[in-house]
Amino acid sequence: MIDNSIIATVLVHLFTAIIQLFFWKKPGPQRILSIIGAAIGFLFALSLFIKVYNGEILKMNAANWDAPFGIVFVADLFSSTLVLLTSIAALAVSLFSSVGVGKPRMRYGYFPIFHFLIMGLNGAFLTGDIFNLYVWFEVIIISSFVLLTLGGRKEQLEGAVKYMALNILASTLFLTGIGILYGITGTLNMADLSIKIPLVQDQSIVNLTAMFFLLGFGIKSAVFPLYFWLPSSYHTPPSAVAAIFGGLLTKVGLYALFRVFTLIFIPNEFMRSVLMIMAILTILTGAFGAIVKHDIRRLFSYLIVCHIGFIVGGLGLYTKIAFMGAIFYLIHDIMVKTNLFLISGVIRKMRDTLDTPKLGGLYSEYPKISLLMALVLFSLVGIPPLSGFWPKIYLFEAAFKANNYFFIGSLILASFITLYVIAKIWAEVFWKETSAEEPPTDNFKELTLVRKTLFLLPVGMLAMVTLFIGLNAEFVIQVVDRIANEMLNTAPYVQAVLGK
Amino acid sequence: MELLLVFLIGVLYAAGVYLILRRSMVRLLLGIMLLGNGTNLLIFLLGNIVKGKPPIIKADLKVFEEIYADPVPQALILTAIVISFGLNSFAIVLLKRVYALVSSDDLDDLNTPEEEDL
Repeated sequence: MIDNSIIATVLVHLFTAIIQLFFWKKPGPQRILSIIGAAIGFLFALSLFIKVYNGEILKMNAANWDAPFGIVFVADLFSSTLVLLTSIAALAVSLFSSVGVGKPRMRYGYFPIFHFLIMGLNGAFLTGDIFNLYVWFEVIIISSFVLLTLGGRKEQLEGAVKYMALNILASTLFLTGIGILYGITGTLNMADLSIKIPLVQDQSIVNLTAMFFLLGFGIKSAVFPLYFWLPSSYHTPPSAVAAIFGGLLTKVGLYALFRVFTLIFIPNEFMRSVLMIMAILTILTGAFGAIVKHDIRRLFSYLIVCHIGFIVGGLGLYTKIAFMGAIFYLIHDIMVKTNLFLISGVIRKMRDTLDTPKLGGLYSEYPKISLLMALVLFSLVGIPPLSGFWPKIYLFEAAFKANNYFFIGSLILASFITLYVIAKIWAEVFWKETSAEEPPTDNFKELTLVRKTLFLLPVGMLAMVTLFIGLNAEFVIQVVDRIANEMLNTAPYVQAVLGK
Repeated sequence: MELLLVFLIGVLYAAGVYLILRRSMVRLLLGIMLLGNGTNLLIFLLGNIVKGKPPIIKADLKVFEEIYADPVPQALILTAIVISFGLNSFAIVLLKRVYALVSSDDLDDLNTPEEEDL
């Protein structure tokens, strides 16, 4: 069904960013505009989700050119769920940024670039055209380059070189794949590709093209041999930026992997085992990396890598239950990882450092805030009935049915290591006494009540969403069940886009 | 013409990968640019390179009857060129700033040891 309002979430952030550019070097108005823009974006995303949840797949033909000739934007349940999660994360980070980002950064365009980034994310989730997906990816990476380097500290720039080089390389590989794909099929529309790819006579070139996509998206979503840029850059920018990066940037790579490998290239036995091996090694390397790190944000960066393996593993198993587990984990992960980095920002404000040996005493000083943070940390570990628990059941079940014991083993090991790491953080940061001779610098206490609220409101908001996902898992399971069905049976998607 | 382009694309990709694998930052940048150009030429090649065959259907026909020069890849390349122009100019400025801070062209010097690594 044609519905032009699906593009609204993209346009809201575009216009917010453009209006903010008129307030260059004026942080005050930019902050307010940012929060208003993010709130409106959230409302549009919510209405889009409700419309798609209650109805059918919606689409928009750009400039009224019919698919497959023009660019289409498609909102199926998978896209609209991710758009909704993006908007929630964007609203939280926008609130947090209004106090958590320094004035100099705001003066030099932090907020407009932030909204361009969110626009790019929404566009990437909604587009139904493979080349348009490439363009949205470029919008995302150029905005993320600027956010990563804004401030110009030495560590930031050093991290940014690695981030930039690998992300441009990933885009080049992706573009190469698109070029070959167009050469063999003559179309760029994803729905049309899903019809035409099985008709190609020489399937070996199709598999080769699939490898280009796997490599390109693999770098972006930080899977095993390609993840090194992530832990070496995510700990350098301000926590608000790290939150949006950690929560969403790798997830857009995962979204693209799922979209391309369920709609266009149906993975054969070999491809599935490649995905499985990548997933297992991603889980293990991420988990072991997290053990040795002291800095909270570096530790969280490795946990991101580890948990990406869970989701890729769900794709590799390629059954309905595995998809349900993977998508549920994706939903949970976006909310929790965003929140973790926001929490690290709050801790930094309270103690002026993020190195665990120097931290301590948060529980005795801020018992209520600590409990709020504990809720998020426990959800990450997956203590029932919190949100990390449910997707793991599905992943275990799917792996058992496929007799894939290596995956089960690595899932269990990674869950234990996550538990160990979180317990370590809890003991070191919250329970440990602070040393008496040098009392820690606390910049949080002196803040006004409004500023304190602005720091804690987004953390609380995301924690509530996590709690909702955990306690109301039945609803989420219904959603992921439908998404998994959409992935295994792409005929409704194709029909909605091409109208036949 | 096509064979020539195939070789050119191969050379550009090979040179790009070789340069990216070097440790110098400037070579990394040049490698990225060469790979980007190789990709653009690849898309160009896949859009059927033929002389004097514009994609216009004759007045008395309904469909194309012979090979024509496909305009879509050329539009794609144009987009890709503009994007890579923006990315490359950002990369150049970034590397210049890094060079000013680190005063080294070696990528291995980019790991400022942090407290926990010591």
